[in-house]
Amino acid sequence: MFYREAGDFKISYVADNQTFPIAFDRYRYYAILVVGFLVLPFWVDDYLVNAILAPFFIYAIAAIGLNILTGYCGQVSLGTGGFMAVGAYSCYKLMTGFPDVSIVLHIILAGGITAVVGTVFGLPSLRIKGFYLAVATLAAQFFLVWLFNRVSWFYNYSASGQINAPERTVFNVPVTGPNVEPWAMYLICLFFAFFSAVIARNLTRGTLGRTWMAIRDMDIAAEIIGVNPLRAKLTAFAISSFFVGISGALFFAVYLGAAEAGDSFGIQKSFIVLFMIIIGGLGSIFGSFAGAALLVVLPVFLKLIGVDLFGWPTDLVAHIQLVIVGLLIILFLVLEPHGLAQLWRIAKEKLRLWPFPH
Amino acid sequence: MPDQVLFGIEVVINGLMAGVLYALVALGFVLIFKASGIFNFAQGVMALFAAMTLVGIQDGQVPFSHLINAIFGTKIHHFGWEVHSILAILVTIVVMIVLAWAVQHFIFKHLVGQEPIILFMATIGLAYFLEGVADLMWGAEIKTLNVCLADGVCLPQGINGFLDATTFNWFGYGLFIDNLDISATIVAVILVAILVIFSQYTKQGRAMRAVADDHQAALSVGISLNYIWILVWSVAGFVALVAGIMWGAKSGVQFSLSLIALKALPVLMLGGFTSIPGAIIGGLIIGVGEKLFEFLVGSMIGGATENWFAYVLALLFLVFRPQGLFGERIIERV
Amino acid sequence: MINQPQPRTSTDDRVIGDVIMQMKDITLRFGGVVAISSISFDIREGEIRAIIGPNGAGKSSMLNVISGFYRPQEGEIWFRGRKRPAMKPYQVARQGIARTFQNIALFEGMSVLDNVMTGRLNHMNPNVFLQAIWKGKAEREEVENRERAERIIDFLEIQHIRKTPVSRLPYGLKKRVELARALVSEPSLLLLDEPMAGMNVEEKEDMSRFILDVNDEFGTTIALIEHDMGVVMDLSDRVVVMDYGKKIGDGIPDEVRSNQDVIDAYLGVSHD
Repeated sequence: MFYREAGDFKISYVADNQTFPIAFDRYRYYAILVVGFLVLPFWVDDYLVNAILAPFFIYAIAAIGLNILTGYCGQVSLGTGGFMAVGAYSCYKLMTGFPDVSIVLHIILAGGITAVVGTVFGLPSLRIKGFYLAVATLAAQFFLVWLFNRVSWFYNYSASGQINAPERTVFNVPVTGPNVEPWAMYLICLFFAFFSAVIARNLTRGTLGRTWMAIRDMDIAAEIIGVNPLRAKLTAFAISSFFVGISGALFFAVYLGAAEAGDSFGIQKSFIVLFMIIIGGLGSIFGSFAGAALLVVLPVFLKLIGVDLFGWPTDLVAHIQLVIVGLLIILFLVLEPHGLAQLWRIAKEKLRLWPFPH
Repeated sequence: MPDQVLFGIEVVINGLMAGVLYALVALGFVLIFKASGIFNFAQGVMALFAAMTLVGIQDGQVPFSHLINAIFGTKIHHFGWEVHSILAILVTIVVMIVLAWAVQHFIFKHLVGQEPIILFMATIGLAYFLEGVADLMWGAEIKTLNVCLADGVCLPQGINGFLDATTFNWFGYGLFIDNLDISATIVAVILVAILVIFSQYTKQGRAMRAVADDHQAALSVGISLNYIWILVWSVAGFVALVAGIMWGAKSGVQFSLSLIALKALPVLMLGGFTSIPGAIIGGLIIGVGEKLFEFLVGSMIGGATENWFAYVLALLFLVFRPQGLFGERIIERV
Repeated sequence: MINQPQPRTSTDDRVIGDVIMQMKDITLRFGGVVAISSISFDIREGEIRAIIGPNGAGKSSMLNVISGFYRPQEGEIWFRGRKRPAMKPYQVARQGIARTFQNIALFEGMSVLDNVMTGRLNHMNPNVFLQAIWKGKAEREEVENRERAERIIDFLEIQHIRKTPVSRLPYGLKKRVELARALVSEPSLLLLDEPMAGMNVEEKEDMSRFILDVNDEFGTTIALIEHDMGVVMDLSDRVVVMDYGKKIGDGIPDEVRSNQDVIDAYLGVSHD
């Protein structure tokens, strides 16, 4: 009734290729953008941004990155935390080395550096497949974190071994450092999340995306019909790491303000981002957002219920959270391997016919 | 002999001992992978879970006491008794068998025919779940584990004085070897012997090998896959318990146990996922390799290279020999 | 050449051209097992060339050698008058050799249209930055190739399922989608690995018609494997017969049919 595609005909392939071919979807998308960019910045407060919105956008970018590699190209990586660290530390080095250059450029460049590092660690993927590769990416995770902990050049020889983001501004509004307004933090995270999503969507719906998916679904057949597997996998590693690097840079510079490789970018980060794409939906940009939202909101929600409402000890709630996350992963894999994105698709199929199913 | 060489020998021996422990965890992986094609990421957490359960039962802790206290406002922690190690081990084995059944019944029964990588991710979920449950049941604080078979007959701790004294007399340099490492090696040898006897000479063992060879063929001669998989997970649970006891006695029962157990993964990559001798030799290579590397190179580049050495070694090795040391060569078909 | 191909029917105006591919003394071993032993044959431009033989004769291995998936220990492959150096499968594909598979090898997670579009990959030259903003050449290229894909989709009569995920399709349609994916790359040599395996009579007739039409309308050279003698004899211009990795016959269908070795191989005479 409300959601329909009847009468919405396409007369050109351009029109048929768009991201939201159904008019209703397209208008809802525009509405969300208007609210996100023009309404929410006037309304958000410190708690909302720090507890939910900023981590949501940042994790969503990481999830988009990992989804390109794992969901679209079929290469499981447990090195996301390590690559986020690369983004964070290169951003730090750029910020301190070239203080006059715009922070936005620094963050993008940090993504570029991470892409190069990711490509290097992606090289073995030609010979190693499946969980062998997953374990091999652990090498990236542990090695990179060790490197940033031990080589003091990376943290500018600071005594604490930490990196601290100096204040940088966009249009004279501080976006890093101690004086960031919630709305500024919100906007810069939203800005990067939005463009990451658009770029990822464009890449995955075209030639490159099909190359990746061909490798994912049947790598041998893909090679025989003319896909160069090394090139396909390396582009996936590079582009995936680019997004993960941007996410790491934002996480450190904008969100945390100070970071230490082992604490902020340990192996737990790798798992959390992997869980986001499993729960949200492998091979779906929307799923990356959905999964990030769920796993960002869940701890906040549990804390509200457990600690604030019932007065339980924090560590107990943290343990319950582990159990719930584990259960969610298993439940989704058993019941709906395509995650929240698939549930959303099914809901839309139902809505098309509602309320007159015949 | 110069001290440096002797010190090197000590490093190698300690590496071998650490390798035995890696091999113990890797063994559990191989068992499950051979029988069901599942790459069980949760094997390390299973070892942690088993060790925590053992400590909890031994000390007479009330399971889920924190949760119960939080919900009902009570203050219970202990039953007020202590359980003998042997009985506690038996109870823990039962718990691991129940866990095996639950894992098969609630998870993998529903994932039959899924891609290996989906199964792998399910075991990551399982690892999180088990870790949470272990913490909820027994609390997350570090526990010390003392296993005593009878009064005064406990797992030995500390440096082996006899070896220290003997080598000091012979070479003028006493080798520091941990008693616990020696017993771990002995236990590991016994465990492997039991596994070999079990898989070669018992009906269940033969059925397990048949399933590992070919699921369809095993089904057609009347072997119940479900039963075998529960059996395999139980055996892996038992192996995890042994590994958990050894690790736990050495460095305390705590979360980092499951991280150390992650090192079993590069061990497997070296040894091949389907080979029990491979798991053992891979474990020894990694154990010795990381200790030697830290000893020879580590101090020059900042130390703590044990964090990543095993993974990088396995990665480099795999690039040149993707099937591992003992794995079968993969012939691809279309 | 010994066997001049005969016109299939009197109304046929196809032109059978020169040799496009020549296999010279190909030998392929897996460890101690000899899958192909010293086989030579050629394929001419515009013809339908069949390779037949009982199960385990080495037909699929031969196709895998042609598409570069297996590397023969001995022998040479000549393509378009040039000796082919050792190549990766994707390089072979880029030379204009496309194929289908015995056990369907479609990309199960993608729609029919996307599967067919993967067949155009060799004609597309993606630029990551243009793709990222979906403008200019990237969008143009997408539309141009979409048009060609749609033409093949029309030709094989699968328009109605173009947005369906292939995992939901029945077997016969999957085979057709696979043919579409191979065809859309405009191959100069099309390899079909048992295109009619597991089909009922009707589906076989459909598939035969498509194969003939492809050969007729696009002038595509086709090499196909079958073990169903009947279909092959009607379809093909020339036939190679293999048994136990050896070539036991080569010629036009009528010659092959009357060849004693071939009859023995199919009816089962003890090898002594």
